Amino acid sequence: MLKIENMTMRFGGVIAANKFNVDIEKGQIVGLIGPNGAGKTTIFNVITGVYRPTEGKVIFNPSEVERDITGLRPDEIAKLGICRTFQNIRLFKELSVVDNVFIGNHLIIESNVFSSVLKLPKYRKEEKEMLDKSIYLLEKVGLEDEKDSKAHSLPYGMQRRLEIARALATEPQLLLLDEPAAGMNPQETRELMGFIEDIKDEFDLTIFLIEHHMEVVMGICEEILVLDHGSLIAQGDPGFIQTDSKVIEAYLGVE
Amino acid sequence: MKKDNRFKNSLIMLIVTIAVLFVLNRILDDYKLRILNLCGIYITLGLSMNLINGFTGLFSLGHAGFMAIGAYTVAILTMPAHMKEMNFFMKPIMPFLANIEWSFLPALIMGGIMAGLFGFLIGAPVLRLTDDYLAIATLGFAEIIRVVFTNTQSITNGALGLKGIPASTNIWWSWGVAIITILLMVFLIEGSYGKAFNAIREDEIAAQSMGINLFTHKVMSFTVGSFLAGIGGGLLAALLGTIDPNMFRIVLTFNILLIVVLGGLGSIKGSVVSAILVTIAMEALRFLDESINLGFIELKGIAGMRMVVFSLILMGVVIFRKEGLLKEN
Amino acid sequence: MGNQGLLQHLANGISLGSLYALIAIGYTMVYGILRLINFAHGDIFMLGIYITYYGVLFTSIPWWVVFIFASIFTGLIGLLLEKIAYRPLRESPRITILISAIGASFFLQNFGIVVFGGRPKAFPIPDVFNKVVKMGGVSISLITFIIPLVTLLLLLGLTYFITKTKTGMAMRALSKDYETASLMGIDINRIISITFFIGSFLAAVGGIMWGIRYPQLMPLMGAMPGLKCFIAAVIGGIGNITGAVLGGFILGLGEIMLIALLPKLTGYRDAFAFILLIVILLIKPTGLMGEKITEKV
Repeated sequence: MLKIENMTMRFGGVIAANKFNVDIEKGQIVGLIGPNGAGKTTIFNVITGVYRPTEGKVIFNPSEVERDITGLRPDEIAKLGICRTFQNIRLFKELSVVDNVFIGNHLIIESNVFSSVLKLPKYRKEEKEMLDKSIYLLEKVGLEDEKDSKAHSLPYGMQRRLEIARALATEPQLLLLDEPAAGMNPQETRELMGFIEDIKDEFDLTIFLIEHHMEVVMGICEEILVLDHGSLIAQGDPGFIQTDSKVIEAYLGVE
Repeated sequence: MKKDNRFKNSLIMLIVTIAVLFVLNRILDDYKLRILNLCGIYITLGLSMNLINGFTGLFSLGHAGFMAIGAYTVAILTMPAHMKEMNFFMKPIMPFLANIEWSFLPALIMGGIMAGLFGFLIGAPVLRLTDDYLAIATLGFAEIIRVVFTNTQSITNGALGLKGIPASTNIWWSWGVAIITILLMVFLIEGSYGKAFNAIREDEIAAQSMGINLFTHKVMSFTVGSFLAGIGGGLLAALLGTIDPNMFRIVLTFNILLIVVLGGLGSIKGSVVSAILVTIAMEALRFLDESINLGFIELKGIAGMRMVVFSLILMGVVIFRKEGLLKEN
Repeated sequence: MGNQGLLQHLANGISLGSLYALIAIGYTMVYGILRLINFAHGDIFMLGIYITYYGVLFTSIPWWVVFIFASIFTGLIGLLLEKIAYRPLRESPRITILISAIGASFFLQNFGIVVFGGRPKAFPIPDVFNKVVKMGGVSISLITFIIPLVTLLLLLGLTYFITKTKTGMAMRALSKDYETASLMGIDINRIISITFFIGSFLAAVGGIMWGIRYPQLMPLMGAMPGLKCFIAAVIGGIGNITGAVLGGFILGLGEIMLIALLPKLTGYRDAFAFILLIVILLIKPTGLMGEKITEKV
């Protein structure tokens, strides 16, 4: 689904990611962990085109066809089928909850701006479908009762779920979740885990997630990558990661 | 059910507006009719700027330039040949323009298209800039237009301006265009593209990550906005009958900005109401600038006072009431 | 055009460039710290000239004392402007504070029309400056030399201030990283007030010399130089003082040379700056000496 080859990202003298490699297969849930400042979000930013890597390649291959997506714009990458959420929630704050999800549909629209203004039948039909889908996704994340509230008026946990609904509206094949459980209580976290597995099956997704809650990572990820100071220090299934000495060192420091 | 109601309400509003205009058209004197016309034109202009600055969150200060393009296009296309000859006594007009005489509607649309075309050409490079730079670049563009129009004597008659433009603008033109613009804005903003514009205003990075091509959407909004500004400029030229490059100074952009800010950035209703209020107030406060004789006493006006009052209002609004004066909450 | 003509134009270009540089510094310093285009800066420049005008004509104070006090007084007006029009909006969206800046600019211009009258006034030039220097066969007025000299002295003083004094260093810290600097216990309000004071002071000095060079005073006279100097700051790389000076000289020399070499384009003089701006922004959006800022995601 996604291959990153020898990717290095430098900001001036700071190396945020160093010769990073990964190969995510279709249908996997892969976790990316590491101490704060390890460069996890940088990797997401490179995948989604917010940053152009200093070196290396990002390859997207949802089917047999491989496509080099290094250096494409974020909107082009979203159109190819990679969508994300943000660590420090970036909703369209002043807009309603349902509009936030509706906008996620915009990249699929076929009608042009004129048929939208003139409300031609083709546009009306598309709009109806987009709206129905938005409502469905809101039901999915349990926000249908809040659909007319402004996005910024929602409590934190709901905002996180709204971001996921918005990302799903773009119909991604690969979903990147940046700390989806941040700020959630244990109850909400457990629900989130069920939810992630649920959407993975329903929408046939591959999921790559950054998370600090070990419970989440260990609970749902088949494969875990550990990042420290921009470099990959370990990779494997949860059982392996939990016992790996380098990982323990990175998190707890050297004795 | 809800939708039907809205349609019914809008229809009633429309009929009432037309009836009121019809009556006003009969009873008002020329001076007041002119103000009523200006109200309609400023609705169009206010909305066109609100589309760019309020709904899409771009900070453009180029409105006067686009208006100038629309105004000059309409003037040159509609003026009869002998009128042009009288105007261009310093330097003759370019031959291919000399005998053109279009009727008002195609000339007005052409004015909009020319302004929209320039909006597109200017927008393509300039919209890559971020807010402050965009503001200064668009302001610069408007100034360039003015300087160019002052210097291209064989097309625009330079600093002398154009006199005797056929006075085609009447209540039905100015308000007809205003009503069409309102409808267009409502439909645009409700639709998927309008929401994408809003998304860009709210958060560019998130919008882009949701697959919205920032550049094409910004250019789209900017082009539509400049098209409407050109139409507004054309209506203004055909209302006043006289134009010259100095009319299209930054002050003009400032007036429209005042309308948009008072009405609330991103509010259609607000822009409409504030366009009417500001236009009337601008006229009503004219006494601040000019002396008026009340029969027993003459009040001395002070030139510039009116704009002092208006700039204080503008600053007061942004400092004390950021949502605008008229936006409901 | 012979060598003599060229010399003349060069001298004019340098003196105009110096004036632009002085005004551009005010824009760049304010932008560096607040990320705000102080649209009213050009009108502060205008106020500086008028204050000097009234000081020289209506008091018996020696002209050089008037010059100094008028500059300081103008600096205080700049400081006041920030307190009233910008400080309440510091946490608001950028567009709001920009609108307030435009409002302030129009207020000052029209306030000028109301108080000073719309009719042009002639700046009272002290006799000293009317001297003409003959050099290599061309006569150049003394002020043409004084302007770059004063500019140079002020620049040296400013450089000393921002590199060697504690306040100057705080100023630089604030423009590098506003949030961190504010956590380090820097009194932001004080630094911003000082920044506005210095910027407006320099604009007033520039204004006085402008008045001697181009002695016609009008309330709207600040608008165009104001815009051009902002452009100079952007060309040089906004936030960077050396860049502002460089931009000022490029613009001043460019304008004079354009007219000198292509007299047919004289009417387009005011468009030159804007065209240069758009070209520079497209080629190097951060200006000649500016640094790139990336947004954190």
